Formats: sequence, C-alpha cells, structure tokens
Amino acid sequence: MVQLIGRRLIQLVPTIIIISMLIFGLQQLLPGDPALVMAGEERDPEVIEQIRRQYRLDQPIPVQYFYWLKGVATGDLGESMRLKEPVARLVMQKLPVTLQLASMAMIIAILIGIPAGVVSAVKKDTVWDYLANILSLWGISTPNFWLGIMLIFLFTVKLGWLPASGYVSPFVDPAQSLKTTILPAFVLGNAIAGILMRHTRAAVLQAMNSDYVRTARAKGLLEGRVVLRHALRNALTPIITIGSLEFGTLLSGAVLTEQIFSIPGFGKLIVDAVFNRDYAVVQGVVLVTSATYILLNLVADIGYILVNPRLRTS
Amino acid sequence: MRRTARLLISAAAFAGLIAGAQAQTHLRIGLAEDPDALDPTQARTYVGRIVFASICDKLFDIDAKLNAVPQLALSHETAADGKTVTIKLRPGVKFHDGEALDAEAAKYSLDRHMTMQGSFRRSELSQVEKVEVVDPLTIRIVLKTPFAPLIAQLTDRAGMMVSPKAAQAAGDKFGQNPVCAGPYKFVERVQQDRIVVEKFADYWDKGNVHIDRITDLPITDSTVRLANLKGGQLDIIERALATDIKDIRATPGLKLATALELGYQGLTINVGKGDAAKGPLGADARVRQAFEAAIDREALTQVVFNGEFKPGNQWVSPQNSYYQESIPVPPRDLAKAKKLLAEAGVKGKVEVDLMTPNNPETRQVAEVIQAMTAEAGFDVKIRVTEFATSLKEAEAGKFQGYILAWSGRTDPDGNIINFAMTNAPNNYSAYSNAEVDAALTEARTLNDPAQRKAAYRKVAQRLAADLPIVYLYHRIVIIAHRDRVEGYSQMPDGLVRVTGLKLK
Repeated sequence: MVQLIGRRLIQLVPTIIIISMLIFGLQQLLPGDPALVMAGEERDPEVIEQIRRQYRLDQPIPVQYFYWLKGVATGDLGESMRLKEPVARLVMQKLPVTLQLASMAMIIAILIGIPAGVVSAVKKDTVWDYLANILSLWGISTPNFWLGIMLIFLFTVKLGWLPASGYVSPFVDPAQSLKTTILPAFVLGNAIAGILMRHTRAAVLQAMNSDYVRTARAKGLLEGRVVLRHALRNALTPIITIGSLEFGTLLSGAVLTEQIFSIPGFGKLIVDAVFNRDYAVVQGVVLVTSATYILLNLVADIGYILVNPRLRTS
Repeated sequence: MRRTARLLISAAAFAGLIAGAQAQTHLRIGLAEDPDALDPTQARTYVGRIVFASICDKLFDIDAKLNAVPQLALSHETAADGKTVTIKLRPGVKFHDGEALDAEAAKYSLDRHMTMQGSFRRSELSQVEKVEVVDPLTIRIVLKTPFAPLIAQLTDRAGMMVSPKAAQAAGDKFGQNPVCAGPYKFVERVQQDRIVVEKFADYWDKGNVHIDRITDLPITDSTVRLANLKGGQLDIIERALATDIKDIRATPGLKLATALELGYQGLTINVGKGDAAKGPLGADARVRQAFEAAIDREALTQVVFNGEFKPGNQWVSPQNSYYQESIPVPPRDLAKAKKLLAEAGVKGKVEVDLMTPNNPETRQVAEVIQAMTAEAGFDVKIRVTEFATSLKEAEAGKFQGYILAWSGRTDPDGNIINFAMTNAPNNYSAYSNAEVDAALTEARTLNDPAQRKAAYRKVAQRLAADLPIVYLYHRIVIIAHRDRVEGYSQMPDGLVRVTGLKLK
C-alpha cells in the first residue's frame, strides 16, 4: 500500500507538468488579448504596452511558460492581473469553500443515491424501483441553474427561510454557513445522486445474481445482511469510481451553481479569470484542481483495496 | 428586594445589549460584478467606482446637473489663459491612516496618477504638465494647453486622493488595502465574495455619515440579486434590469431610484479598417444613412426595455446641456432608407456582419435592428461574440457593425474624443476626418460652455452625416433599494453615494 501511494505521488509530478503545458498552450488559443481586456474602457496604448511588458505577455510562449514553471517550483503561482493579488492566496481563499461545498454535495448525493439504488435493485420492477428511477432521472435531467433559481424563489422569496446567496465560513458561524450552502449543495448533490443511483442499482443487481449471494442466502442469512454485507459491499467498487470522479468534478468548481448562489469558490474564480483572460489565475486553479483530482484517484484506489481484500495481495 | 434589584440590573444589561446591537447599522449593497483592484490609479471598472464612492473621496464631486461641486477641494480657479488651475483644499481633512490631506499629499496623488506604471489615469491627466504646491492648502495644476475637461476628470478616479504614506509603502499592492479620505475605511475583501468597509471616525463630513458598516456583495446574476433584495438579504442593488422595473415597483418594501446614464449604447460601423470596411455599409455614407433611417429607436427601446430607456442620436443624452437640439433623434423613414440605397446604387440586399456581445439584452437589440433594417433592404447577420473576443475582433477590424456600450464620462469630451479622433484608442470604426479632429481639439480648450457647444455642433453635424457610430439609446441607471434605506438619490454617474443615507 505504501508502495502504491509512493508510486502514485511520483507519477503526480510529470502528469501535472504535462497538464500545465496543455493548459498554457490551450489558453493561448483563446481569442482576445489579456492586456486589452484588462484595460477595458481605458485603452491608453502606452499603458497597454506597459501591462504586456510587466506580465511578459510580449515574450514568446515558451519563455512565459518557463517563468511560470520557475515560480511554481518556488511556490509562487504568479499574480492575478485583474486583482493584483497573488494567485496562491486566491486559491487558498477559495479551496476551503469549494471543499466544503463539494463535500456537502457528495454527502447529499450519497445519502440519496446509494439507498435509492439499493432499494431499486432489491425491489426490482416494483413501485419502489419505478419511484427510484423517476428520482434518478429527475436528478440527472434537471438543469442546475433552473433548479437553483427555483429553490431561491421558494426558500428565499416565498418562504424567507434561507438566504439566496452569500457565503459564511463554518469557522465564523456554523449555522449560518449551513444555511448559505445547503441549497447549492442540494442542487449539486441532486444531480450526482441520480448518477450514483443508476450505478448502484446496476452494480447491486449484478451482485444479487452472483454465486456468493446465492451461497449467502443458502447459509440462511437474513436478506438485509445479504444485501448490505455481501451484495452492496461487492458493488461498491464501481460506486467508488463514479463517486471519486464526480467529487473531482465538483472540486474543479461548480461553475453555474456557484454563480447563481454567489458562492466564492473555484467555479466563480475560474469563470471570471477566463472571461478576463487572467491567465495566471486559470493556470493556478487548474494546477491545484488537477493535483486534487489525481490525489482523489489515489484515494479511490485505496478505497478499492479496503472494500476488496483480493486487491491487497496483488 | 435584592432579587428585584438583580433582575432589574440584568434587564438593563439585556436592554443595553439590544441597544448595542441596534446601534451597529449595516448596509448591504449587491453589485453586478466583482470589482478589480481597489487602487484609484490602477482601477478601470465601473463597478469599482461604486466601491470607491464609499472609501475614496475626490477633489470634486458632481451634482444632478453634472456641475462640479467641492468635495476634498473647496474651490478652483482657472487663469485667464486657461493654462493654470489653482485648487484650494479643504482644511482639516485626514486620510484613514490619520495622515493629513495637504497640498503635498494632493500633489503626490496626482503625480502618482500621472506617472505610476500601469496607471489608467495617465490619459485622463495627459494635458497636465505638472502639479505645484503653492501653500499647505493650495495646489496649482499647470497645463500643456488649456483643457476644459480637467475639473470633470477630478470628479472621478483621477481626483481621488490617496495617503502618500500608505501608497509608498504598498506600491502597486495599494489596492489590497486602500487608504483614502472617504467616509468609510477599508476593512477586508474576500475576492468575489465581499468587500467590507466601516465608518471613518475622523471623516471631514462625519455628521452626514449615519451607517456604521457597509458590505458590498458581488452577485452577478440579476435575478438572484433581485431575489436577495426581496428576501431582505440586501438593502440596495445596482444595475437591476429594465425589464424588472415593473416587478420592483409592484413589490411592497422596495423602492426604485433612477437617473439617465452618462453613456450611450451605439452601433459602431467599420468605415476604415480592413476588408470588412470595403462593403457598401463601410464604404458609402448613404448606405449608413439608410441603415439609420430604417431603425425606429423609439420602438427599439419599447420592445426590448419596456420604454424605460431613452432614444438618442448623439454621444450625450438629450438631457445633457451639450446635446445639439438642432440635430434631433430622427424618426424611422423607410422610404428615405430605400431612396438612399437606390442613390447609392446598391443591388440586392446589403449584407452586414453585426458583432454583438453575448448578453441577452444586447442580443435582443441586435435582433430588433435586424428585423427593422431587413425591411429597407439590409441582411444583417448577427454574430454573438464573447466580450473579450469581440474587443480583439474590433481592434483587428473584423466586423462591419459592432454593438458597443460606453459607460460615459461627466464631461462630453470623454464620450467622444477617443471614439472619433483619427487613430484614437477607442476609434474602432477607424473613422478619420480632419474637420472633426480640429473641432474636437478646439472644444477641449474652450472653457466657455457656449463656445464649446458651438465647436461640438460641427462634430455632431459631421458625424450625423458620416455615421461611424449610430447612437441608439441611453440607458437609465436602475438602483433598487429596500424602504428601510432613507435619503437615497441617484446621480447620472450610477455611483451609490452613501453619505446622508440612513437605515430605519
């Protein structure tokens, strides 16, 4: 296991370098000139030139990349052109927010998706199965922005129970923090719950038809134990895969949902950065999210080993 | 007896607590975007100016009629030759760090605007040769040539004073912790989440500051911004949609404050850059006149903005004192349009590549124009383009028409010179006319409003015939607030002024 973790961590470095090259190159394909966008209405040609020089936009892309990489090696992710703030500070400001939102969304998704999938598999072709399928289809097919705005109208404008937007850190006021994040977390969780439910259902159905479940039943085990200990546990492998992939996607920022609920996470940061051609910020966020994504995959691999003893020896 | 006393004391303490809690008044403002760096020298966004309105006072402010009124300065006097302007400063003004605002500090701020690397104020003060300290409370601005818009420039960011001590220490990071001389001092900013400011105890006009704390919250979605206002999580929102005005008026507890904007919305036509300018629209002024004659501005504002915005045909609105009444907004005239096209010898439909920034309102405007001009014989192809890309395309001359808004400046010079002068930075249409250049240059040297207006008349006449920009309409600044906010009034510059405001 230690070997696995070590190997993965070493793989992390070249992977991230390749990703950063890709992003650096792809960004250059974006039409638009960062200095022009930054100047906005104040298009003083001399100042625009100064900006180009200051941020090395006048130099060849490989040179720009080299300087950026050199900075990253010393922990400096560069500076946001638009905000004049170090990118590392921006990322550190947003990471906890995104982590909180992603974790809450994932908890909601698991709480809805896995039980619904198990019930629907065990009670296949009954009214419960149909209900769970409807729930899943609803989750997958409801657009986030629509659900978000509807929830705001219901819970903020009509009922006045929850604030429509804003964000409060759980370390400042846990109750208020929950109030401001529960709606966006639900919107995000709802969509993932649908996906989780479909995969859980398929995996549990498969497991239920397998020999070891028949054996378990033949031993006279209670049905609940058969389902939870034998079928579900074996079905967990694909669920962990999907769950970690979805969680990774959440960490790269829930763009629309963060926009609607004004959650200051990665999603909002990267959208603003792309529209303003604030390259350093885009680079920084992508770097951090891809590293997190890779780490999550590692966690998923460890998860497989925990649920599946056969993998421990290999 | 002792128990009663104890009860009384705790009741009093509790009442005190409540009173204490009530005493902290807190105003929450919903912004349409997240501002850029909060440094008056480096800042460039409209939304940033709204935040500055509470933290950075300027030498002068404007009144509802766009006259310059004293703020950190008491008075100004222009020499007979127009080349020096003497400004008397208000005595006893302090920056948020306790430093005094004197002539040295004022000179420092203006010099910083003019010389700092990456300063977006440089062009606004480009006619200033130097700033001199006359006495501790007087500065003299020496100009290269007489420059009528100077005082108007000083009513905006170029007139914002920063603490020299703080600015020297922070360098280009000043925007992370701005230290100015406004009614509120900066407390904290979490990017894309909030900007918090609190009442400045030593403010020069502290009797007019009644709210303890202000939080600016950027909420980009206008529907969500309004929902927050309705739900009571915000007290004021800026840039509500024109189509939401009815709803705001009908909602109990909400109030509306509006003013006609300083800027305009127009359709820039490429007349001189690249191949795109070589089509009939760019090459022949009669085709452009036909295009304009086919547009019904009144109907356009009715259809897209419920009639809330005002049709316009010049770079200032019909309410502005520099508006040329002799050139009124032309009505739609299809017969004239067709006649002009025939005169120009155009065969078949005139194709127009119309670049439109990607937002729902502008898209609708483009669609209405497409339908109206089709009747006259134009075939407008709308090309919806993301804003940053559209700037680049415009710069390269890859468009025939470009719908572009200008947020507007107090002085008419700021709305036209960079758009119509030959090779000026915002002259996307690549328009060039020696007569216009001369009149524009002359107008900025004239301090007498009547003479200036006469100079601008020449420009307006020429532009109405040449049409490098078809001015369409002027928006209104739409601010909605809860009725607990008292004393709010809207100025044309769109800023949210917080002095004098009270919370019920």
